[in-house]
Amino acid sequence: MSAAAKAKPTRRLAFKLTRRRIIAIALVVLGAFIFVESSILDSELITTLTFESTSTGQTPTVGNIPVPTSAYLLVIGLLFALSGALNLFEFEEARPRQVSLALLALCALLFIPTIIIAAAAGNETNLTTIVAESLRLATPLAIGAFAGIWCERAGVVNIAIEGMMLFAACFGFTTLFFLRGTALPLETAQLLAVIIGVLAGGVIALLHGWLSITFRTDQIVSGTVINILAVGVTSFIRREYLLSTEAGAAKLGNFALPVLSELPVIGEAIFTNQPIFFMMFVMLAFTHIVMFYTRWGLRTRAVGEHPHAADTLGINVNRTRWINVFISGMVAGLAGAWFSLEATGSFNDGMTRGAGFIALAAMIFGKWTPIGAFGAALLFGFSDSLGIRLQMVGVGFPVQFLQMVPYAVTLVVLAGFIGRASPPKAVGQPYVKE
Amino acid sequence: MIEAPPVLEVRGITKRFPGVLANDNINLSLHKGEVLGLLGENGAGKSTLMNMIYGLYKPDEGEILVNGAPVEISGSKDAIELGIGMVHQHFQLVDVLTVTENVMLGNEAVSGPFLRRDRARREIESLSREYGLDVNPDALISDLPVGIQQRVEIIKALYRHADILILDEPTAVLTPQETRGLFKIMHTLLERGVSIIFISHKLKEVLEICDKVVVLRRGAVAGHADPKDSTEQSLASLMVGRDVILEVEKEEATPGDEILNVVNLHVRDDRGLPAVEGVSFGLQRGEILGIAGVQGNGQTELVEALTGMRAVDDGRFFIQGEELTGAAPRRVTERGVGHVPEDRQRDGLVASFTVMHNLVLSTYYKDEFSKAIVVDERAIAENARQLVEQYDVRPPIINNVVGGLSGGNQQKVIVAREFARDVDLLIASQPTRGLDVGSIEFIHRQIIRMRDAGAGILLVSSELDEVLSLADRVAVMFEGQIIDILSVEEADRDTVGLRMAGVRAGAAAEA
Repeated sequence: MSAAAKAKPTRRLAFKLTRRRIIAIALVVLGAFIFVESSILDSELITTLTFESTSTGQTPTVGNIPVPTSAYLLVIGLLFALSGALNLFEFEEARPRQVSLALLALCALLFIPTIIIAAAAGNETNLTTIVAESLRLATPLAIGAFAGIWCERAGVVNIAIEGMMLFAACFGFTTLFFLRGTALPLETAQLLAVIIGVLAGGVIALLHGWLSITFRTDQIVSGTVINILAVGVTSFIRREYLLSTEAGAAKLGNFALPVLSELPVIGEAIFTNQPIFFMMFVMLAFTHIVMFYTRWGLRTRAVGEHPHAADTLGINVNRTRWINVFISGMVAGLAGAWFSLEATGSFNDGMTRGAGFIALAAMIFGKWTPIGAFGAALLFGFSDSLGIRLQMVGVGFPVQFLQMVPYAVTLVVLAGFIGRASPPKAVGQPYVKE
Repeated sequence: MIEAPPVLEVRGITKRFPGVLANDNINLSLHKGEVLGLLGENGAGKSTLMNMIYGLYKPDEGEILVNGAPVEISGSKDAIELGIGMVHQHFQLVDVLTVTENVMLGNEAVSGPFLRRDRARREIESLSREYGLDVNPDALISDLPVGIQQRVEIIKALYRHADILILDEPTAVLTPQETRGLFKIMHTLLERGVSIIFISHKLKEVLEICDKVVVLRRGAVAGHADPKDSTEQSLASLMVGRDVILEVEKEEATPGDEILNVVNLHVRDDRGLPAVEGVSFGLQRGEILGIAGVQGNGQTELVEALTGMRAVDDGRFFIQGEELTGAAPRRVTERGVGHVPEDRQRDGLVASFTVMHNLVLSTYYKDEFSKAIVVDERAIAENARQLVEQYDVRPPIINNVVGGLSGGNQQKVIVAREFARDVDLLIASQPTRGLDVGSIEFIHRQIIRMRDAGAGILLVSSELDEVLSLADRVAVMFEGQIIDILSVEEADRDTVGLRMAGVRAGAAAEA
C-alpha cells in the first residue's frame, strides 16, 4: 500500500493486484488454513517419513524421520501466513524485498513435503515410493506432452493426442493378443506390439496432417474428429476381437539399468523399471536436443512462428509440418502403448481417460518446452499418486480435496509466476503460399 | 570493348491475377554496382515484379536474365542460389529467435544434424565489420528496433552471398537518422560490387541515392528517368500520371478557443516503464500542432492516453474544458475527437470486415445506423457509398474486405470514417505512413480542410517534412518530454532536427 500512500492527483488503483500479490494472498489463506488444521490434530500425532520399503526385511540404510505433525503444521502455517503477508507490501529498499522473496521461495520448497506430511497425518509415509509412483504415473502425460510439442512447435495444433493414444493402446494390445498364440517369444511379441502401437499413432497423425495441412481443415476440428473416431473404432475392435476370449496379457517386463540400479534406495524403486518409463527420459532428451540444437529444430520453430519467413529462405513449410505431425503421432503412440502394454496388460474402452488432454495442459504449463512440460507432467503425476496413497492410508476427509491441491497450486503458480503462456505464433494457421 | 551484360535483366514480364493485370510487359535492367530506383504508387505492381524476381510468384510471360543468361526462378531457393537477396517491406524475421538463428535459418552452419551457432556468429561478426552493419548476434529479434532489424535482413542476404539486393520500401519504417545510416550502408555495399534495386515512393530519397529510376504506373513502365536531371515534381507527375502539388497550400491559421489542454501528463509503456514524463501543452481550434520526434520517444503512448486507449499514470487532460483523464475511448469519441491511429491494421480497422462496416466502427450504435438492437444495414451501405466516393477509396466497392485493400486505400477508409464525423479535435498519428504521393496529397488537403473548418488538430509524425509543411506550431518530443514548442517561423529543419536529437534550446550557445 506504500505506493498509494504517495498522494498523487490520479485515478490509479490504490492497490495493484500484481502477480506476486496473488501468490501472497493465496499463501495467507493457505497458511491460515494449515494453522487451523494443526490445532484440530492431536498434538501427539507423529508422521514418520521413510525412504525404503520395510517389507524386504533388510536393515534400512537411510534412517527414518519422525515428524510431530501438529507442531510441524503449526510452524508451517505461521511461516506461510507471514511470508504471504510480507509479500503484500511493496518494499522500496533492497534488504526487506530480498527477505520477503527468499521467504516466498522457502514456502515453495516446503510445499510438497507439507502436503505429504499433512496427508499422512500420523502414519508412516514412504517418500521414495511417492516419488517413484509420481514418475510412473507421469509417463504417459510427459510423453504425450512431448508429442504435443513436436506438432505445435511446427504450427499445427494437436488436440488429437488423446485419440492417437487410444488408437495406439488398442492396436498395440491387439497385436500382442494375436501374437500370443504364435511361437514368438514373449519379449519379441511385446516389442512388435509397442512398434505397432507407435506406428498406429503415426498413421492417425497422417490423417490429421492430411485434413489440416493438405485440406486446411480447422486443426481443432480435425483433432476432434480423430478423438471421436478413436473411441468408436477402438471399442468396436475390442468388442469384435478382444472380448471373445479372456483378454489379458503379460505387462512389459522390468529392466534394471546397469550401474544406476545398484544405487541404494532409488536403485530399485526408480532405476529398475519398465521400458516405456525409461523411454520418457530418452524422449525428454531427444525432444530437447532436436528442438534447440539441431537444424531440424530451428526450422521447425521458424515454421511454427513465422512460416512465411521460413518460406522466403527456401524452407518447405508444409513438408516440415508433415514430418513433425508424423513424429508427433508416433510419440503419442508410445504414450498410448503405456496404457495397454506397460500399465495394465489389457485394453479397455476409453482407457486413456483424458490423459491426452492433461498432456496438452502439461505442454502449455511447460510453455512448449520439453523440460517445462516434463516438470508439469511430474506435478500431475504427483497429484495422481497422492490420491492413490491417501486412499490406501485412509484419511479423515475426502481424498479428492488433497488431490486437488497440486492443481490449485498450478493455477496460482500460472497466474503468479509464469505469466501468460505464449504459444508458437503461427499455431493453428494453415500455410497458404500467396 | 564489349560492355558487360547487366547483372539482372527483365524482359517482357507480364503477370495476371484474377481480374487484374499486375505487370504488363515490363523491361528493366540493373548493372553491376548501381542503384536502380523503382518508383510507383501503392498497387502499381512494384512488389509483384520483385516477388517474381525473388521466385515467390511465377511470371505468365517474359523472361529473367542473370548475368546475361536466362534463368528459371521457381522458388526463393533458386533466387538465393543466383545471388539474389531481398529485404521485404514487412521483415521476414522470426521474433523469438536470435539474430544468429535468423541469419542462418535455411543455410545453417552444422556439424551433422547439430547447429554450429559459433561458426555462424563468427561469420555475422565479420560481415558486420566489413559492411558497417553493427548488430549483436545474440540479441533476440523482438528486442531490436526496426532499424536494427533491417540490418539483420541485409546481413541475411549477404550471408547467402547475394550480389543483387532488392530493398522493398526500406525507408518506410525508418526515422530520418536511420535512413541516413541505411544510405551509408548502401554506399559500402555498392563499393563492394553489390547491385541494388531500391523500391520507394519517397521522391527525395530516390533522387538522392539512385543512379537511374524506372517509374511504374498501373502495372506498366510509365517512364525512365535520370535522377541528375529530374525533380521531385517531374517524378511525381510521371508516377501519378498528372501534375501533383507537393507543397501543401494553406492559409495562415486563425486559432480560436482552446480545445485540448494537457497538464503534466505521465504515461507508462507496455513494459511498465515511464514513456511520457510530464507533458503539458494546449491546442486551439483552427490550428495544427505538429509533434515531431524520433519514433519511440513517447508519442505513441501520448496519443494512446489522449484517446483513452492507455491508462494515465499521473497528470490530467481536458477536451473542450471537460476532464477526460482515464475516460473510456467511447467517451472521448463522443466528445468530438477523431483518431487516426498510428498502426492502422491493429487499431484502425477490422481487417476481415467489409469497407462499409469499417466505416461505422465508431458510430454503428447511433440512431442513424441502429434501430433498437438491430443495425440498419441499408443506412450503413448508403453512408459507405457516399464516403467511398467522396474520399476516393479504390476500388469503390463497399462490400470488399478491408484487409484486401492497398495500404493507401485502407488509410482512406480510416480518414473517411474519422473526418466525416462532426469532429472538433483530430488526433492523427502518422497519417500518411507508407502512402504514395497521390494519397499523401489527398490526406494533407483533408487535414487542412478540417483545420479551416475550425477543428483543432494534433498531428504526430516521424516524417519531419510532413510536420514542417502542415503544422502551425511544432512541438518536439524527446525521451518522453516536450523539449520545445516552436512557431512555424522558428521551425526550420536544422533547429527541429537538433531538438529531435535532444539538444535543448540554449544548449548550443553554451557549447
